[in-house]
Amino acid sequence: MTTFVDIQDVTHVYARAEDGAPAVQNLNLTVREDEFAAIVGPSGCGKSTLMKLATGLQFPREGTVIVGGREVGAPVKLAGMAFQNPTMLPWRTTLDNILLPLEIVEPHRSRLRKHKAEYVAKAECLLAQVGLKGQGHKFPWQLSGGMQQRASLCRALIHEPKLLMLDEPFGALDTFTREELWCVMRDLHAAQKVTIILVTHDLREAAFLADRIFCMSARPGRIVAEREVEFPRPRDLEITYSAPFASLVQELRGHIAQARAAA
Amino acid sequence: MTTKRHLHLAPWIFTLGFFLAWEIICRVLKVSTFVLPAPSTIAQAIWEYRNQLAFHAMHTLWMTLAGFGIAVAFGLLLGMALGASRLINAGTYPLLVGFNSIPKVAVVPILVFWFGVGWVPPVMTAFLISFFPIVVNVATGIATVEPEMEDVLRALGASKRDIVFKVGVPRAMPYFFGSLKVAITLAYVGSVIGEQNASNVGIGNLLTRASAAFEVPLVWAALVVLAVLGVVMYVITALIERSMTGWAQRSDMAAA
Repeated sequence: MTTFVDIQDVTHVYARAEDGAPAVQNLNLTVREDEFAAIVGPSGCGKSTLMKLATGLQFPREGTVIVGGREVGAPVKLAGMAFQNPTMLPWRTTLDNILLPLEIVEPHRSRLRKHKAEYVAKAECLLAQVGLKGQGHKFPWQLSGGMQQRASLCRALIHEPKLLMLDEPFGALDTFTREELWCVMRDLHAAQKVTIILVTHDLREAAFLADRIFCMSARPGRIVAEREVEFPRPRDLEITYSAPFASLVQELRGHIAQARAAA
Repeated sequence: MTTKRHLHLAPWIFTLGFFLAWEIICRVLKVSTFVLPAPSTIAQAIWEYRNQLAFHAMHTLWMTLAGFGIAVAFGLLLGMALGASRLINAGTYPLLVGFNSIPKVAVVPILVFWFGVGWVPPVMTAFLISFFPIVVNVATGIATVEPEMEDVLRALGASKRDIVFKVGVPRAMPYFFGSLKVAITLAYVGSVIGEQNASNVGIGNLLTRASAAFEVPLVWAALVVLAVLGVVMYVITALIERSMTGWAQRSDMAAA
């Protein structure tokens, strides 16, 4: 498989950083096309910086970031994003929230008005996939936190992005809802050809969903360990209670503990 | 149910009680009409001068709405510019605050130099006094767009303009309507000040003439008419607000 995201020897310092300390340093990371990659690390390790670099919201001070074969010099436009906070716009219905990216991205932007029905059907289809069938007419504040997060995933996927960036998307949810959404995410990845980078604190989440897991060090962040996850797909939630799964999580935990101690 | 009815009745009961207390105090303490006329005296004056009051009130209403309309358009545009650009914001804020601190009474003579006596000074005064809260509120609403929302859109290649119009402006609407309620009452103050100093018609002008002639009940009648007009305009603004930004008024606190 071809490399889709290639981050080479990247050091990044925020212009607003008071101490001028880099957020990430000598960061190397490659993610293959259609791969599900997870990034775990202690808090404040620059995971969010990594997301901003890969989507072209920030440009590295040193090193290069290549996404989809092109060096990133502007927002990449082929990415979808979802955060811990669903950030739905309260004055739009859930359906209109999901259609929002289409009002921005070409070629949909100029097609949206004429082909509205087609796009609405697509959004309804996505809603059904995440278990929100027929809820599109509701306002986001009429939905629970978990439902809003599902809608936020639909919004991230509606324009068929090549790259999906997830920044702790399930962090604020209760355990049961979270596990449900893991399965939703797993099925979405299986159904669509999309490269996913998931940033998370939850090691079980990373181990269950990802093909490959990267562990980051404490600030300034860099990759300290890389681990392929070999569990066959489709994976069932049951595997999270198996012995190999537990030992994988324990191994990851060791890397993080080391990274924290080194800080 | 009963609480809801109480809430509906409360404004009427409090208002009536206020005027009743006023009437009783005037009668019991035998206050001179010259100092403080009783509500009944004022009501009589309103009836007596009804044609004159209605004519001047309509004029004032027009002046106010014209000034207010300009303030809304100007306030929205400037607020959007301030909210969207930190440079414009930082650059113009001292000027705006300084300008807003000038008592508008002091500006009326300048308006008279420029435009002469007539309808322009009241409209301009109403505009000048009421645009500031609109600018500040619209700018705040736009400048406080969640950074994550901005990231989502920027990663899709959205321009600054896209973000301002898709997210910033709708988001600023509750702030905007909140400021309209302040601005509409301020606009009344402005148009009356303008009329008092630079117009031959309007409630402001009527006030000046009535007080010069020591027609105290007429002065009070004019003030009451102004207050009623102000309340009516406020209510209309509030109703428009509710129909436009229902999504923002969903908390129990707003419903209570």
